[in-house]
Amino acid sequence: MSPPVAPPGWSRWLVPPAALSVHLSIGQAYAWSVFKPPLESALGLSGTQSALPFQLGIVMLGLSAAFGGTLVERNGPRWAMTVALVCFSTGFLIASLGAATEQYWLIVFGYGFVGGIGLGIGYISPVSTLIKWFPDRPGMATGIAIMGFGGGALIASPWSAQMLKSFGSDSSGIALAFLVHGLSYAVFMTLGVLLVRVPRGDKPPVKAGPAPLDGVQVSANSAVRTPQFWCLWVVLCMNVTAGIGILEKAAPMITDFFADTSTPVSVSAAAGFVALLSAANMAGRIGWSSTSDLIGRKNIYRVYLGVGAIMYLLISQFGDSSKPLFIVCALVILSFYGGGFATIPAYLKDLFGTYQVGAIHGRLLTAWSTAGVLGPLIVNWIADRQKEAGKHGAQLYDTSFLIMIGLLVVGFVANELVRPVHARHHIPAPREAADDDSVQPQQSA
Amino acid sequence: MTTPSSPSSPPDLPHSRLRSSGGTPIPLIAFAWLWVGAPLCYGLYELVLKAKQLFAG
Repeated sequence: MSPPVAPPGWSRWLVPPAALSVHLSIGQAYAWSVFKPPLESALGLSGTQSALPFQLGIVMLGLSAAFGGTLVERNGPRWAMTVALVCFSTGFLIASLGAATEQYWLIVFGYGFVGGIGLGIGYISPVSTLIKWFPDRPGMATGIAIMGFGGGALIASPWSAQMLKSFGSDSSGIALAFLVHGLSYAVFMTLGVLLVRVPRGDKPPVKAGPAPLDGVQVSANSAVRTPQFWCLWVVLCMNVTAGIGILEKAAPMITDFFADTSTPVSVSAAAGFVALLSAANMAGRIGWSSTSDLIGRKNIYRVYLGVGAIMYLLISQFGDSSKPLFIVCALVILSFYGGGFATIPAYLKDLFGTYQVGAIHGRLLTAWSTAGVLGPLIVNWIADRQKEAGKHGAQLYDTSFLIMIGLLVVGFVANELVRPVHARHHIPAPREAADDDSVQPQQSA
Repeated sequence: MTTPSSPSSPPDLPHSRLRSSGGTPIPLIAFAWLWVGAPLCYGLYELVLKAKQLFAG
């Protein structure tokens, strides 16, 4: 299947909404928690069991992005978006059948396994294409799309809750809600499939900005053998771990921090804090990623990791004495968390070129899977141990925060070690002499 | 908005007022952004309602 090439005059401003239609849909994954209580009461599940579809979905996201990236590069964004649409929507339909027949394994298989493949392929589907359409602003372009993944949960969370309220929280109500989700997302994602195009190979859409590495092109297989890939893997893993550490435990954390003060935080205020963190996460994706186009990728990661460590230090030292300070520091950390996700494709493009940047990005996302386990594990395990030791309030998190600072410093050092990729990893490029842009070779076919 | 230019793009004529400089119909671009923008605005609105609780509580 050859990628859909844009006809002459095709506006590149149609590509971000195409990407957003996919990312806003698959971002629903982060709103899975809405379905947990109804599933638990309707099917008699434990909390661990009801989390299984989401967990399997995230595992499949990492695996399908890592192993499907090369296919996405070969077949193009329309193929990838179609696969994402079919898998994500079919996953909901299978889950609907599972809820209707009260067969929980069908929900796990449908939403987690089949839907999870849709998550992974959908996540990487527009990245490489956006970078090619916006060689002058790759950070902004990927920031828009990856912001959508954060925005998807904002939409799905109230929408799904409203649907369960209308249809009921029993198994037939959940089944109907899954069915409506599957059909609605299929329609919504169709826009992406119809609109996405790769730029014409014979002419770049606009003149590229300063090419940092002089048109270097590296294949995905070669990229994983370079120290640069693994430095960026560490950078992403450390940055995400630091963000998840707060995100995953935000509500109990702010409650604990101010439990012994004259201004304790109520449950509803803690929910408001979580909502603000989501906003910071999303704003960081577009804001910081766009800033990276101006100040450079290495510099922006210096900010994420260096200033992030300072924010953690401030929280650990003064957080329980000032609520505004705690909130501001947490918001900044979460904005860096989102920014780290959104800027990494452009960083990869700078180092490895656009040739197989989607596939390289897919493989790098294993850092996300690792961080997804590491971050909550550190914070929860240490908080539990501290509680057993008789500590309370902000003391529960002191050690975790120091570990986070250490991890961010490790990430900072890894970022400093990033150098241009050695010429032995570059692909032979007969077109290089003729083309000074970074358009993928197969697009000219 | 910057759009790709091409030698075969139609020139800007009076009847092409509803087209971007590259030739893509502007209503199509507007529709595409509205398609994704409307649900996003709904999500942001709901988020603001929830975030207000931090300052109310």
